[in-house]
Amino acid sequence: MSRHLAIVPALNEAGSIAQTVTEIHQHAAGFDVLVVDDGSVDDTAAIAAAAGARVISLPFNVGIGGAVQCGYLYARDNGYEVAVQVDGDGQHDARDIPRLLAALGEEPAVEMITGSRFLTDQGGYRSSPLRRAGIRVFAALISLLTHQRVTDATSGFRMSTRRGIELFARDYPHDYPEVEAILLLHAHRLRSREIAVTMRPRTSGRSTIARAVPAYYMVKVLLAVFVGILRARPSIEAEEPPR
Amino acid sequence: MIVLAAARAAPPPTYQRVAVIAIAVLVVIVVVELVRRRRLMERYALLWLAAATILFVLAVWQGLLTTLSSEVGIRSPPNALFAVGFAFVVVLLLSLSLVISRLTEQNKQLAQRVALLADRLKQLEQERSET
Repeated sequence: MSRHLAIVPALNEAGSIAQTVTEIHQHAAGFDVLVVDDGSVDDTAAIAAAAGARVISLPFNVGIGGAVQCGYLYARDNGYEVAVQVDGDGQHDARDIPRLLAALGEEPAVEMITGSRFLTDQGGYRSSPLRRAGIRVFAALISLLTHQRVTDATSGFRMSTRRGIELFARDYPHDYPEVEAILLLHAHRLRSREIAVTMRPRTSGRSTIARAVPAYYMVKVLLAVFVGILRARPSIEAEEPPR
Repeated sequence: MIVLAAARAAPPPTYQRVAVIAIAVLVVIVVVELVRRRRLMERYALLWLAAATILFVLAVWQGLLTTLSSEVGIRSPPNALFAVGFAFVVVLLLSLSLVISRLTEQNKQLAQRVALLADRLKQLEQERSET
């Protein structure tokens, strides 16, 4: 059993899940693949299992945050040292996983590496102009709050160390969790940084953001961010580094 | 513009008081009946009973309502009665939102635990059938 886990949250991704699993096995051979089926009504779970993934099926849809957290719980309970989140819809390129791992190994003080679409002008899929504007708003806000440069706060392509895994298993935001998770990490004084990746347009299914009204997404996450500032600082564990 | 209450506002007409008393009594009967049939849990019944009791007291004890409404500058005591009722509705709704939030979190944790346990069970069964 490897000590590295790829967490693939999937909701009705029968069209793309097999390819996602196969590509991870192919390009990131050291990673076990865990597909968290968030109450799909199609054959996502069976297809993922046939493709060679371990599949955990939630009894009903709990939302992306709960599904991803379930993956982190699995990683924590099974002693994984590194976990990477990879969307089941084919947006994230498994060839970037070894690069994320290398970046994580370079700096021992960094607990999470995010794959960012906007770090350089390398092209690839970068969402619609309106969405990009929204993403930029969050990037600026999060950069300001965490005193570091964040260019792609909504990217779900992230790799964490054991410390990140344990934190996310304990506490993870409910819906649209990506932006809040960065702040959560920051509140616990864990460092994170980005590396440039190229994303592809999704090959199947629908974005969790598309399912919501974009304005609702903005307002909900902004509320979470600002209330998060007011929230009492979470208890810092002894082994967490000082600021 | 804030108009301060006249020295002593007139007490509410009798038929309004009777209506409020009737509603309060009805709420108590319905809530107690729902608890008796185990359809409503005691902890969620308490707020309803408190609301009904206070409305009942205010409707019966005219002096208290009149004093209260002139204290806060409401000129017509029946309006004060409605204001109190409305405040209770707001508190009840907020408490329901709190309950829903807690249930959502617990529900999520249960779903995750069930999914992880089902996976472990499958794993154990597989190992067992192999040996």
